[in-house]
Amino acid sequence: MSGVMTETSPKNPSLTANASGSNGALLSIKDLRVWFELRKFGFGHAGYVRAVDDVSFDVAYGEAIAVVGESGCGKSSLMKTILALYRPTQGTVVYQGHDLNQLDSKGLKWYRTQVGYVQQDPYGALPPFMSVQRILSEPMVIGGVHDKNQRLERINKVLEEVKMTPVMDFLGKFPHMLSGGQQQRVVIARSMIMEPKFIVADEPVSMLDASVRVEILKLLRGLQESHNLSVIYITHDLSTVRYFSERVFVMYAGKIIEKAQVDELLKNPCHPYTLALLAATSDPDARNALTFKEVPPGEPPSLVKPPPGCRFHPRCNKMIPGLCDVQVPPDFSVTPGHDVACWLFRPEGA
Amino acid sequence: MKLPAFTKELTRYPSAMIGLFIILILLIISIAVPIIIPYHKAVDMWRGSENMWYQNPKFAAPAWLNIFRRQKLAESLAISTADGEASKVVTVNEGGASTTTEMVFTFDYTADVFPQEMILYFKSTFSEKQPFVSITWLTPDGRELRVGDFAVNRSQAYWFSQDSKLVRRLGGMDPRQGLFLLDPKAEVLRLVKGTYQLKVSALNFEPDAQIDAEFVLHGQVSGWAGTDHLRRDLGVALLWGTPIALSFGLVAALATTVAHMAIAAAGVWFGGWVDELIQRLTEVNLVLPFLPILIMIGTFYNRSIFTIFGAVILLSLFGQSIKGLRATFLQIKESGYIEAARSYGASNARIIFLYLIPRLIPLLVPGLVTAIPGYVYLEASLAVLGLGDPVLPTWGKVIQDAQANGALYKGLYYWILQPSVLLMIAGLAFAMLGFSLDRIFNPRLRGI
Amino acid sequence: MDTFSSNDKKLLQVKNLKLYFRTTQGPVQAVDGVDFELDYNRAVVILGESGCGKSSLAKAILRLLPRNVAEYSGQILVDGSDVMTYDEERFRRDVRWSKMSLVPQAAMNALNPVLRVGDQVAEPAIIHMGMKKAEAFKTAQKMFQNVGVPVDFLVRYPFELSGGMRQRAAIAMALVTSPSLIILDEPTSALDLLTQANIMNVLKRIKQGFGTSYILITHDISTSSELADEVAVMYAGQIVETGDAMRFFTSPLHPYSQKLMASVPRLRGTQQPDFITGQPPSLINPPTGCRFAARCPSRFSACDQDPPVFEKEKRRVKCWLYS
Repeated sequence: MSGVMTETSPKNPSLTANASGSNGALLSIKDLRVWFELRKFGFGHAGYVRAVDDVSFDVAYGEAIAVVGESGCGKSSLMKTILALYRPTQGTVVYQGHDLNQLDSKGLKWYRTQVGYVQQDPYGALPPFMSVQRILSEPMVIGGVHDKNQRLERINKVLEEVKMTPVMDFLGKFPHMLSGGQQQRVVIARSMIMEPKFIVADEPVSMLDASVRVEILKLLRGLQESHNLSVIYITHDLSTVRYFSERVFVMYAGKIIEKAQVDELLKNPCHPYTLALLAATSDPDARNALTFKEVPPGEPPSLVKPPPGCRFHPRCNKMIPGLCDVQVPPDFSVTPGHDVACWLFRPEGA
Repeated sequence: MKLPAFTKELTRYPSAMIGLFIILILLIISIAVPIIIPYHKAVDMWRGSENMWYQNPKFAAPAWLNIFRRQKLAESLAISTADGEASKVVTVNEGGASTTTEMVFTFDYTADVFPQEMILYFKSTFSEKQPFVSITWLTPDGRELRVGDFAVNRSQAYWFSQDSKLVRRLGGMDPRQGLFLLDPKAEVLRLVKGTYQLKVSALNFEPDAQIDAEFVLHGQVSGWAGTDHLRRDLGVALLWGTPIALSFGLVAALATTVAHMAIAAAGVWFGGWVDELIQRLTEVNLVLPFLPILIMIGTFYNRSIFTIFGAVILLSLFGQSIKGLRATFLQIKESGYIEAARSYGASNARIIFLYLIPRLIPLLVPGLVTAIPGYVYLEASLAVLGLGDPVLPTWGKVIQDAQANGALYKGLYYWILQPSVLLMIAGLAFAMLGFSLDRIFNPRLRGI
Repeated sequence: MDTFSSNDKKLLQVKNLKLYFRTTQGPVQAVDGVDFELDYNRAVVILGESGCGKSSLAKAILRLLPRNVAEYSGQILVDGSDVMTYDEERFRRDVRWSKMSLVPQAAMNALNPVLRVGDQVAEPAIIHMGMKKAEAFKTAQKMFQNVGVPVDFLVRYPFELSGGMRQRAAIAMALVTSPSLIILDEPTSALDLLTQANIMNVLKRIKQGFGTSYILITHDISTSSELADEVAVMYAGQIVETGDAMRFFTSPLHPYSQKLMASVPRLRGTQQPDFITGQPPSLINPPTGCRFAARCPSRFSACDQDPPVFEKEKRRVKCWLYS
């Protein structure tokens, strides 16, 4: 399903192309909407799937951000728009001052060398009929690294960085000959091969064994620190967030409902949905078997006809009638750097 | 899968090995035959008139049938002085004005039945005076029978069965039988087997006149494949049919498979109206009557094998396997690595050819091999329907001739069975290989 | 918690269970001499990573065998009688789904897409309990209520249900014949966080309300603690530790269990998670001697021999450190 451009992006005066970002950010996302058009019988218009709805945030250089949410919250669509696989319906994605929408094909090609993509399923992410060497060469061939020796040199370097040594042993192997952890290392290597400035990782360890997960996450963290990479790290596992990111965004039904530094979020979670997520995350403790968890009733809403006002209100036990079901809550600042989109946190007298 | 591992895997399937062996033999024949009998020669031979095939009887069965018969049938033979198979001695008579040419034709007769026909062909050169020949027949038990004396022309054929004087001399018995009987006039007729000799003594009345003769015996069996209604040795058609059948099958299967794959991939990748158009074309094609259209083209336009071949390909282009391939492509398209390729900027063409299609080759190879017999049979079927190439000797053509000449009604089973069996074997070989390939490339079928 | 008293009749006793598969490269020793016990109304969690043989263990207990079985031996005592001696028909009639049922891995994809959910959930009742269709449907309705799916979903097709609801339908299907034991193979691994919590609540309620026992097979250590009364750790086809949950989660005995617990990132708590280097051994030619020795930090000379199972305060460990 590819995003359909139905409206032109509004002229945003502060973000016309200039060399460095207007606020020093690597990536700046403003009022992003990614809506997919539903068609009836291929002809008639039947509404929009509002996968990403009015999302704004900045990513600084060298910063790791975790985006947490359940399936259907729009995090995949957000990620694919950042990767320029989908086009925004409205709003802007600005990378180092360049608006992605206004890049021509050459510009897009350059952009793709700037961002790396690490996928969830390591085996599915690798073409089964290509050797490791070939897999790693492909982005370089497409990206214009024509010298074979230069390519080999980069492959050696990157495989060493992901700790697949001796490199010689792995060059000729095919994906099915590698373990899950090794496959994921190749995926990471591939994402790094064009020396990008940031990586988008979509649940990079959820399909790996428990004992390997931490290894891969630590690897990613190490790469981030040594290369000063920014990482957007999408996950549903809150317990890994504190070890591998600085900031956390919580997404629900296409919107970011809470943003904070990791420690702040875990110390002082605000939004009822965030509270529910934290309550539902277990640590290995035998006492868990003795209690029932409190889970908000119902299911995440349809993105075609989301509820009016706050999208979480039908499931929220602290809902304020007349407010939460009518008006969409804006971001309220709880502490500097900690924003919540919830009417419960409106300043007094508002 | 790498080649050595693959071949090792293949050896685990006995049906594949048998199929491969047969295909190899067919391939060797296909390569050798056009070298031994070049195309134009083959066409000429097949088009040949009585003059080319006169040595063969009509409707003769293959010679090896005799191995299975208790009552042995007569084998056909042709002995010529021109080739040196028969002895020829020319002596100059006293006076020097005439020459005597002694020609002896020796042959073994071991059949239990009488021959279909015996003919002596004479070729002579002279200015005015015709040579005079005297023919004697020597039986294995030492009897010498006078056959006939007459003058011969420059080119003359003497049919033993039509010599009425000989018939009378044999007591009213047909010479085709009488010459081989111990006693033509006896009550119980006994055929004599053994070495017979035919002596032809020719008197040339001019010093430089020449004469050559050829003795042709038409038995009931001839050659390793038998003959048809035009006395043509079926072996030529059976041999030449092999490369034609194989190449038609292989090329057609390959072309359609590649075409299907490319079309399905393009449709799936580009989606939208391209995909819709291709699907509609495929559906229309499904409904088109394949054979009647081919018949129309063959009847009203041109029956050459290249035209028919082209028509077959065109009509198969949007074949129904596109639907299945499309389903597989749709699945593969959703793979993670395709998405990754898009994210690092691979172009559409690159994705289609380097990422989608290689994934499909394991699926296609068995499909290709199993499709070959279909096209081989198609060529034969078209020929049987009368749409075959009019000049080429193919298996289907042989079957068509047999049908047109009422082979089954006349009991000439070899005529139909030989090409049919060859078709079956070819089809079976590819099918066995194809099914085994299928099991190798699609491990999920291995349990079956 | 008294878990291994040998006098009472237990719901399930597995002794020296072996299941080997035939492959072109040799026999895969997926389940290699497994022993454990389960009492009535108790839940045991089989913890292990991919390739340790835990899914094969589930299949072995329920005798859901593929065609390439090289060896299948041992004793499985259900309510005191050895069901390994039953013939196929008796096993199907008396054990499968009557005493024990299964919620398979990715159960939400295991539902037949062309049958209505209600029909599928009712089917085991019709087959194994001989119920008439109407009665079975009523039972299915009750089960749907138990698992928390609105009853009007009974007439829908699987694609109309969300992932979580499908998983609950699969649990209902396993419950419909009121078995004493349900084996769950990775019941929540593909589900969202809140849905997982919901399913765990459902399982807890069923255990309290019906007295069902569970064998929960998973690699998700955190979630397993929601249900576990006892824990068994599986590595390379063998059970290396069993014990009650309380003591296991606080102080595991076997070095592998210790490393496994150390690799779990915790939401509450301060330690940095650790990881285990290396890979589990192949099940085709497992090493002689202790199978974890190659990756064990506490390895010593005795580890060249395969350790027997030692008992320590009613917990069992297969490790020389506890001899």
